[in-house]
Amino acid sequence: MLTFVFRRLLLSIPTLLVIGLVVFLLLDLAPGDPLANQPLSIPPEVREQMRAALGLDKPVYVQFFLWLYQFFVVEPLVLIDRTFGTAFAADQVRILSWQFRSPVMDVIWQRMPQTLWVVGMAYLVGVLIAIPIGIISAVRQYSIFDQIGTLISMIGFSVPTFFTGVLLIVIFSVNLGWLPSIYDTQLVVNDWASFWQQVRQMIMPVAVLALFNASQISRYMRASMLDNLTQDYVRTARAKGVRENAVVMRHVLRNSLIPVVTVIALGVPTIFGGAIITEQVFKVNGIGQLLISAIQNNDIPMVQTLTFIFAVLIVLFNLIADVLYGLLDPRIRYD
Amino acid sequence: MTDATAPRAVAAAAPPATRARGPWRDVWDQFRTHKGALIAGLFLVAITLFAALGPWLWQIDPNALNVRNKDVRPIYTALWDAGAKVSWSHPLGTDQLGRDLLANLIQGGRISLAVGWAAMALSVVLGTLIGVLAGYFKRLDGPLMRFTDLMLALPLLPLLLVMMLLFRDSLRAAFGPETGIFILIVVVIAVTSWMHMARIVRGDVLALKEREFVLAARSIGTPPRRIITRHILPNVLSPIMVSATLGLASAIITESALSFLGLGFPSDFPTWGKLLFDAVDRMADFPERVIWPGLCISLTVLAVNYIGDGLRDALDPRIRGR
Repeated sequence: MLTFVFRRLLLSIPTLLVIGLVVFLLLDLAPGDPLANQPLSIPPEVREQMRAALGLDKPVYVQFFLWLYQFFVVEPLVLIDRTFGTAFAADQVRILSWQFRSPVMDVIWQRMPQTLWVVGMAYLVGVLIAIPIGIISAVRQYSIFDQIGTLISMIGFSVPTFFTGVLLIVIFSVNLGWLPSIYDTQLVVNDWASFWQQVRQMIMPVAVLALFNASQISRYMRASMLDNLTQDYVRTARAKGVRENAVVMRHVLRNSLIPVVTVIALGVPTIFGGAIITEQVFKVNGIGQLLISAIQNNDIPMVQTLTFIFAVLIVLFNLIADVLYGLLDPRIRYD
Repeated sequence: MTDATAPRAVAAAAPPATRARGPWRDVWDQFRTHKGALIAGLFLVAITLFAALGPWLWQIDPNALNVRNKDVRPIYTALWDAGAKVSWSHPLGTDQLGRDLLANLIQGGRISLAVGWAAMALSVVLGTLIGVLAGYFKRLDGPLMRFTDLMLALPLLPLLLVMMLLFRDSLRAAFGPETGIFILIVVVIAVTSWMHMARIVRGDVLALKEREFVLAARSIGTPPRRIITRHILPNVLSPIMVSATLGLASAIITESALSFLGLGFPSDFPTWGKLLFDAVDRMADFPERVIWPGLCISLTVLAVNYIGDGLRDALDPRIRGR
């Protein structure tokens, strides 16, 4: 198992390097000029100096290796400095956002809590709803509950989040006036009133995303339960006289959860990636919204770093899913 | 007279087992039992016809500005609000520039559906090609599958947005604003969505390649190209069809998501996602402009997903006939 993890970790290094390079080259092709927003009255030689200051006059491979160095050496050093009060990275240049003129990582760090709260909460709620629904749908296959569950989950992953979000805003904010339509990120939770306000502004985005997540996971849960319910060991357990409740909850559920847990793990990177569209609809200024604004403003270091972080998370959670699969299911051997 | 009836009598007397009953007949019989899929199929046909034939039935130019008739509410608003500005010449109302919503829905549907079908077709071709090559030719398997894994590890939505931004201007210059963006969106969606298809096809091809009928074909000297087209492809058709329907659904959603994020078609070029995006700012006063395009997207995607569900059951011989 350990050798497997080690080998996979080693293999993921070239993968990530290639991904980083692909993203970098794509962005290098970008027609957008980062100086496009500067006034036209700037003389050409000053403009050249500004380009040089941003490092744009260097060859592409120098820019790429510089970025790699900053990402893998300077930024971790800064993190160490912050935690232990040392000064390893004192004179190093960090990855600077062209849009905010401040280190990319600091901006991401500021945006992270909003995304984690809203999208993470939605994922959690989605999983918590999906698993019981999947179990009941499978145990009572073709019952009314199953039919309705199937319909709702079909609707859940067919209706795009930008429509459910907008629909909820029309109903609950515009017509009924119960919930705020815009997520207020300035809100500081320090008493019951502000806590209640925080809950109210989270309800709609969380509900939209939770419906989307739950509808997918509950389908997996149902399919996995159905696979296991027809297995021989279930018949044996019933023949022994084990109560139906115990058969389902102890024998079938545990075995059915194995593939579902890996599916859940595979979905985790999307939490950090932020639900770009949902954040846009509810004006949550999280990671997804940061990415959109960076793309629109030609903020290449920001886009590069964010996409690369997403790629790292995807590769990492793929590995975690595989490891979990091996740990939970003794039939799987990775040697 | 006797000549005409004689063969018919023979045909009727023949036992039913000898009548050729193709595999597609079984598939159709099973598909018909899935009520949801059947209704969904009818709906998809209906909405395709609505988009395809709409411009002949409803002859208002979707881009025609009509400032005198701006902000007309849909005709049904008169049921509860007698003072509402409604007009039979614009049954679903008009927007803030007086463009007719129904005409826009038709035009938007044409583009959204066309993008969906084209992107799906391209992604099926790509996925099948890479899957078959990787599954059939051992030497290509490693590199192609590593490439597929790499593509799967890429964060797709951000890349989609970046690619839209990158190539928009050059394609616009080459093919004109509409065709250029159309080609770009189709290619970009297809390039980022073929990977699951390739993996499924590769797995099936790997298993099929070892079967006796392929061995038999190879032993009489059939070239690989013929084995693939005659023996392998017909056998991987069912997983391809199922994932193609899912691909159609996700292509429609992706296109409208791109439009919704403001990175899709140019502004005077309506798609369902674009109509929804344009209406969001004024949804408090005119919710119908959000709801109609949204309903069109959602119902179409829902229908396609239901068809995919029905097809999966119908094409699976283990379920069929149960």
